[in-house]
Amino acid sequence: MEIFGVPTQVLFGQLLIGLINGSFYALLSLGLAVIFGLLNIINFTHGAQYMMGAFVAYLLLNKLGIGYWWSLLIAPIIVGATGVIIERTMLQRLYKLDHLYGLLLTFGIALIIQGLFRNEYGSSGQPYRVPAELTGGTNLGFMFLPNYRAWVVVASLIVCLATWFVIERTKLGAYLRAATENPSLVQAFGINVPRMITLTYGFGVGLAALAGVMAAPIYQVSPQMGSDLIIVVFAVVVIGGMGSIMGSIVTGFGLGLIEGLTKVFYPEASNTVIFVIMAIVLLLRPAGLFGTQK
Amino acid sequence: MAAFFAIAPLFVYPVFLMKVMCFALFACAFNLLIGYVGLLSFGHAMFFGMAGYVSAHAAKVWGVTPELAILLGTFCSAVLGWVAGYLAIKRQGIYFAMITLALAQMVFFFALQAPFTGGEDGIQGVPRGNLFGIFDLSTAAGMYPVVLVIFLGGFLMIWRIVNSPFGQILKAIRENEPRALSLGYDTDRYKHVAFVLSATLAGLAGGTKALVFQLASLTDVHWSMSGEVVLMTLLGGLGTLFGPVVGAAVIVSMQNYLAQLGAWVTIVQGVIFVICVLAFRRGIVGEIANIIKKPL
Repeated sequence: MEIFGVPTQVLFGQLLIGLINGSFYALLSLGLAVIFGLLNIINFTHGAQYMMGAFVAYLLLNKLGIGYWWSLLIAPIIVGATGVIIERTMLQRLYKLDHLYGLLLTFGIALIIQGLFRNEYGSSGQPYRVPAELTGGTNLGFMFLPNYRAWVVVASLIVCLATWFVIERTKLGAYLRAATENPSLVQAFGINVPRMITLTYGFGVGLAALAGVMAAPIYQVSPQMGSDLIIVVFAVVVIGGMGSIMGSIVTGFGLGLIEGLTKVFYPEASNTVIFVIMAIVLLLRPAGLFGTQK
Repeated sequence: MAAFFAIAPLFVYPVFLMKVMCFALFACAFNLLIGYVGLLSFGHAMFFGMAGYVSAHAAKVWGVTPELAILLGTFCSAVLGWVAGYLAIKRQGIYFAMITLALAQMVFFFALQAPFTGGEDGIQGVPRGNLFGIFDLSTAAGMYPVVLVIFLGGFLMIWRIVNSPFGQILKAIRENEPRALSLGYDTDRYKHVAFVLSATLAGLAGGTKALVFQLASLTDVHWSMSGEVVLMTLLGGLGTLFGPVVGAAVIVSMQNYLAQLGAWVTIVQGVIFVICVLAFRRGIVGEIANIIKKPL
C-alpha cells in the first residue's frame, strides 16, 4: 500500500520517529517553560541536564545494577538535586540583573558539565538496553510498533499533561502563577517564594533528566546528546510561545511529527524544517503560536 | 594598539597574531550589538562562518583576487544579517538571543548540506592570491599587513559608529527603549541597521580568517563559535571599545597554549564564563576603566 507514492510502512515508521522526537521536544520545552515562568531564566544547561539524566541511568545500571524502572525515579531526583545546588549557589545571585546574565551563566555551566563528561567517557556513545518488559513489539497490520517506543510516547504525554494540570488547575499551580506575576505580594501572604523558586528549578531540571533516562535506550548515551537537541528545543519554545505550558506540549509533539513527515517527502530539509517554521511563525505572530505579546 | 600589533610580529608568531586580530574584529563587531544596543545575539557565528565559506569559494573556485573574495564574503554576511535581523528584532531580550541562535543553527545545517561548502571537510587549500593582482600574500609577511589594515579599519569604523549621533541613539535605546521610542526614534529601524552593521563586520572578520588559514570549515558556523565570541566580549568587557580585543587575545592564546589539554579547554572556558557572570561582570578592560575612571 502506498500514500503519495510512499510505502505506508515507511510513512508510519517516520511518523513514529517524529512522534518520539516530539515527546522529547515536548518534555524538554515544558521544563524550559516551567523554569522560565518563575525564574525568568532561559536554562541553557537544560541539554546538559538531559544528558546527565541518561548518564545517571547508565551509571546506576552498570555500577550499582539498578535497572531502568528505578532509574526513572532516581535519576531525575539526583539531577534535580544538582539543579537545586546550582540555583542556591549561583542563579540566585542573578535575579536582580538583566535576564541575559542567567542565559550566559547557564551556558557556562553547560560547557563545564559537558567537558567533564567528555573527559570521563570520551565522545563515543554508550549503549543502554531496553528494559526486558518492553522488548519486542506489536504488529499493527500497517506497521510494526516497538513496545518501548510506544511506552515513551505514552509516558511523556502523561507527564506533560500531569504537569499542565498541576500548574493550571491546582492550588499549588495558582501560587506558582501568582508568584511569577508578583513575588513580593505572594511572599506577604506567608508563602516562601525563594524556596518555591528553588524547587521549581529542581523540578524543571528533573523533567530534563527524565527525558534523558527515557532517551537512553533509543539513542546512545553520549556527552553530546543534549547540545544540539537543546537548540531545536529553543526553536520549539519560540514557536510555541515562551510563557505557555500548553504551547510547549502541543508544539513539541506537532513539530516532531512535521519533522518526521519532512524526512519522508523531502529529506534534505528535515534538519532545518523546524527553523523554517520558526521564521514563518515569527513573521506572522512574533509572540509565538500560544504566547501573548507583552 | 596599532603600534602594538605593528611591532608584535617581531616577537610573536605572526599567524597566531593574525588569528587574534580576526577574532578581535569578530568580537568587536559582536560587541557593537550587545555593548551599545543591548542586544545579545547568540548566532553571530553564522555571519562569521558564512562569509568564510563565500570568500573561500570565491578565491578557490572563481579565482578572484583576495580583496574581492573578502568583499564578497562580507556582502553575503550583510545580506544574511539583514534577513536575520529583520526576523530577530521583532522580539527582545532572551527571545532575541534564542531566535538568533536558532537561525544560526539553520545556517549551520545549510553549510553542512549545501553542495559548495564541502560538508564535513569544509573548503580546504584556499589560495591567498595576489592583492589587487600585484602583491603576493602567500607568505605570512605578505598577509600580515593586510590583516592589520582590515582589523584597524574595522575597529576605527566601530569607534566612529559608537561616537556618532547614530551611536548615541543606539545607547539611548540600550538604556531605555520606550523613552527613545517616545522621543520619536524608530527604534526597530535603528536596531536593524546596527544588526546589519555588526553582521557585516563579523563577516569581514570571517572572510579574512578564511584567507589567512586558507580554510573554511564547519567549526566557524557551529553555535559553539557564537558562544566563544560571547565569552571573549564578556571577559574583555561588554560595552568597552578595547575589551573585545583583549578578550579575544586571552581566549585565543588560551586555546593555542592549552590545546593539548583536550576537553579541559571547554571546562576552563565554562569556568571563566561562570566567574565572569557571577563576580566580574565588567570584564578585564571594564574593571580597569572603572579604576581609572575613564571610558576605554
